[in-house]
Amino acid sequence: MTGRAPRLLAGLLAACLAGSSAPAGDMLDKRSGADFMSPENRAMQADDMSNPGMFAVLDGEELWNRPEGANGRSCAGCHGEAATSMRGVATRYPAFDERSGRPIDLAGRIGECRRTRQEASPLPHESPELIALTAYVAHQSRGMPISPPQDERLAQFRENGRRLYERRIGQLDLSCASCHDARWGERLGGSVMPQGHPTAYPLYRLEWQAVGSLQRRLRNCMIGVRAEAFAFGAPELIELELYLMERAAGLTVETPGVRP
Amino acid sequence: MTRALINAPKTARRGEIIEIRAMLAHPMETGFRTGTMGKAIPRDIINRFVCTWNGEEIFSADLFPAIAANPYLAFTAVATDSGTIAFAWTGDDGETRTAETEITVT
Ligand code: HEC
Ligand code: HEC
Repeated sequence: MTGRAPRLLAGLLAACLAGSSAPAGDMLDKRSGADFMSPENRAMQADDMSNPGMFAVLDGEELWNRPEGANGRSCAGCHGEAATSMRGVATRYPAFDERSGRPIDLAGRIGECRRTRQEASPLPHESPELIALTAYVAHQSRGMPISPPQDERLAQFRENGRRLYERRIGQLDLSCASCHDARWGERLGGSVMPQGHPTAYPLYRLEWQAVGSLQRRLRNCMIGVRAEAFAFGAPELIELELYLMERAAGLTVETPGVRP
Repeated sequence: MTRALINAPKTARRGEIIEIRAMLAHPMETGFRTGTMGKAIPRDIINRFVCTWNGEEIFSADLFPAIAANPYLAFTAVATDSGTIAFAWTGDDGETRTAETEITVT
């Protein structure tokens, strides 16, 4: 990292960034976003009694055990103890979904079980219930390394995710790579630019004063460069996640994380 | 439904200073924000917190709109008797949410 464009206002960044990118997985010194946080925020994440993300996990546990839908089964009714049945699941999502012939993210997978197995009304994207269930399921993988599935059927979607990651977008004409590969560790206004690894979602973001999904985070980054953000649930966001997870392979799941 | 995280020791020696930490799940809506179509979102905050030890008040606080969501309070107390440490958060909605934890003092 060089300091070619230190502390520039976002508007000036467009003119100054050279924009290079490293291939996925090749990143040396791969670091979670938590590494770039203040000691106070790291402490908040590390202590389950002060991490507000734990509220979502606790809500998720309650929902896991609650019977729902026409079928009247709870998640636990079919899957039993989440600590056993859901252990490691979040480390290998997005995964290939046979039914749609496309990758599906963890929240989407949970939504499918709710729709087809419980025969209950769908949970909207970003609804507190879906966030809570996703946080609870992902929390069962905390501390485990991200291990994307080596599934041939995912390759073309992951490749598309990489293209999206490297494509310049928005009025500021920046790609994800311009910031997260070429400029990580440097400052953008008051925030340090992390490498952009999706290790801790859903997570509590202080700026949101709430727990939110990776898609919410990605939309924030797109809006930040004044691009039109993909809608929640858009295939492009799942493809981006697929690429980001491959890029983050080996880092450990932190859910529920805390971020500024 | 009350969702609170309480962190206090289960045991203490008489006279020992213990730390008590309490966090309540609450949006602490300031009343200064606008939602869709520019409509003001009504204020909805926790405005009063009281902690009692076997019924006797040991700590209280008034809370204001500038306090972040999920108010988190940490304070210390001198361990006197075994019993119940109780927590009460009262909101603009007039409702009081409660939680408690037991402590054995030897
Ligand atoms: C202008 C620079 C910039 C661009 C372009 C950008 N981001 Fe970000 N991104 C940031 C900053 C800064 C943060 C951290 C914000 C904070 O913590 O307050 C961040 C955070 C993230 C995170 C969260 C990391 C964590 O630890 O939770 C992810 C994931 C991410 N970005 C992915 C992307 C993707 C994918 C794109 C392209 C669609 C993108 N970003 C484009 C600056 C950028
Ligand atoms: C009627 C039984 C049933 C119910 C109820 C049910 N599931 Fe499932 N679930 C399954 C079956 C069977 C599979 C695996 C087969 C498949 O992929 O559809 C599965 C798969 C999953 C997976 C993917 C696991 C993996 O290894 O990839 C997740 C995550 C999941 N369920 C979460 C939930 C959650 C959360 C709920 C409650 C909202 C729930 N399920 C309710 C039967 C159920």
